[in-house]
Amino acid sequence: MASKLEALKTSLEATLGGELKLAVLDRGELTIVLRAANAAQSCTTLRDQFGFEECIDLCGVDYSAYKDGQYDGLRFAVVCHLLSVKNNIRLRVRFFAEDDDFPVVPSLVNVWPGVNWFEREAFDLYGIVFEGHPDLRRILTDYGFVGHPFRKDFPLSGHVEMRYDPVQGRVIYQPVTIEPREITPRILREENYGG
Amino acid sequence: MAEIRNFTLNFGPQHPAAHGVLRLVLEMDGEVIVRADPHIGLLHRGTEKLAEYKTFIQSVPYMDRLDYVSMMCNEHAYCMAIEKLLGIDVPLRAQYIRVMFDEITRILNHLMWIGAHALDIGAMTVFLYAFREREDLMDCYEAVSGARMHAAYYRPGGVYRDLPDSMPQYEFSKIKNARELAKLNENRQGSLLDFIEDFTNRFPTCVDEYETLLTDNRIWKQRTVGIGVVTPERALALGFSGPMVRGSGIAWDLRKKQPYEVYDRMDFDIPVGVNGDCYDRYLVRIEEMRQSNRIIKQCIQWLRANQGPVITDNHKVAPPKRVDMKSNMEELIHHFKLFTEGMHVPEGEAYSAVEHPKGEFGIYLVSDGANKPYRLKIRAPGYAHLAAMDEMAKGHMLADVVAIIGTQDIVFGEIDR
Repeated sequence: MASKLEALKTSLEATLGGELKLAVLDRGELTIVLRAANAAQSCTTLRDQFGFEECIDLCGVDYSAYKDGQYDGLRFAVVCHLLSVKNNIRLRVRFFAEDDDFPVVPSLVNVWPGVNWFEREAFDLYGIVFEGHPDLRRILTDYGFVGHPFRKDFPLSGHVEMRYDPVQGRVIYQPVTIEPREITPRILREENYGG
Repeated sequence: MAEIRNFTLNFGPQHPAAHGVLRLVLEMDGEVIVRADPHIGLLHRGTEKLAEYKTFIQSVPYMDRLDYVSMMCNEHAYCMAIEKLLGIDVPLRAQYIRVMFDEITRILNHLMWIGAHALDIGAMTVFLYAFREREDLMDCYEAVSGARMHAAYYRPGGVYRDLPDSMPQYEFSKIKNARELAKLNENRQGSLLDFIEDFTNRFPTCVDEYETLLTDNRIWKQRTVGIGVVTPERALALGFSGPMVRGSGIAWDLRKKQPYEVYDRMDFDIPVGVNGDCYDRYLVRIEEMRQSNRIIKQCIQWLRANQGPVITDNHKVAPPKRVDMKSNMEELIHHFKLFTEGMHVPEGEAYSAVEHPKGEFGIYLVSDGANKPYRLKIRAPGYAHLAAMDEMAKGHMLADVVAIIGTQDIVFGEIDR
């Protein structure tokens, strides 16, 4: 398995050239970082030349709070997990959106039609815009939802809550009344803590 | 001549055949579907976001609630992702227990599926038959974890505890007399393994019963043959997995192709379909139940013969024994740290997938070294399947939409997350 991934890494480096920013082999998984601008073409190459005929998963990641702010890089990334049924091999592809305030990446719908809903989900939850997507609507959140809930600056309790108002005789939105509480704090230890 | 317009029909979210909270907006030309637009998210709970605010162990019970008819398989993928990041090994006995319960879960899921699917397209009886067997498997869940459904039994590093030596018994009540009680408790006299073995001996006959009701049934065939055909190329392009891809004739099963735990030691076959329609997928799932039964039998045999630990002895990951905790300072500290702060998972990312009853269920875990996940992505098989609803339903009649929902084995817990 490891030798197969080594071979794949070498041939990916040769084929993708400048499009490939980084290739890491860690814990038996190969991760490559692509340049976002030409991601669609690079992925077509992956599909046609390397046999990755199936895109298992596509998701957004918000790196803004990574390592409690020690992270210094682009904020939004799109991570795809590719699977080659023919060669029985997996590959993780990541590309970062260039602009942190308005993240735009090319859509992969034309490469793998199955990513349609996964891209809608990443748009809904992270606000990543997929250029060229045929139907970029919200998918998981409520009709008329404001904001992108999985961003790290979006509070866990949200901003609004919903209740029935007996005076107006309808369901209304109002600011949340619950206090967010943290039972177990998030702790990040320095390297080699406690020996 | 009158103007003919397409008709838009709202199917669900309260429709009994929508398997939960699916809202389908169907654009229809007479009774033929022109476009199907599923609206999902009515059961969205933000599991992935919640997990970012919980320690690794605290999120295990959330996994049960994703696909709430195959609970332990969800936990399995989650625990495997953590184990991969930590780089710890699971004791062999725990691996066998996991495989056995994965297969019990698969039967549990397929029984629910066959009952609901048949009920949706007009066969009432199968539902009652399937629930008879489900009850026994629920008892296995209860005996091992204390909960009939949401078990939280798999833990990072193994399983929570070893299999019990005795089964809980039915007790006397005013609706059960002594003779009835003795009959109910007849197969509960031995250990859990004896009970499961008794089940595996009975189960093939039960599957025969379901097949008698459906396989050659004329109405069943009229409702499923040639409905929702997916070609192998399309199945891969659309991201299908599990029985959906096997029904189209691709022999892809993670248990065989990328074996995890002890699946490489098991003897079983992968059933594949030919035509890729609802009927083939039905046959594939029926055969999977028989194969699961075979795997369970092999696990029972091994578990009878071999004893050993069921959870790792790395006390940074799994709690120490209660007795050790009471008598040993070191273990007390481990216990305290584990249950207050939780474990720290080294920085990195991992994707681990299991062959879930519905397809490939994957967990993508990003950790920055803290005691909570940085990002948890749940790859639910049903999500990709439902996304293909439009393509599968196009050109079919309204009644076939119900058959397609059934064959996709939709459960909203995992799709909406």
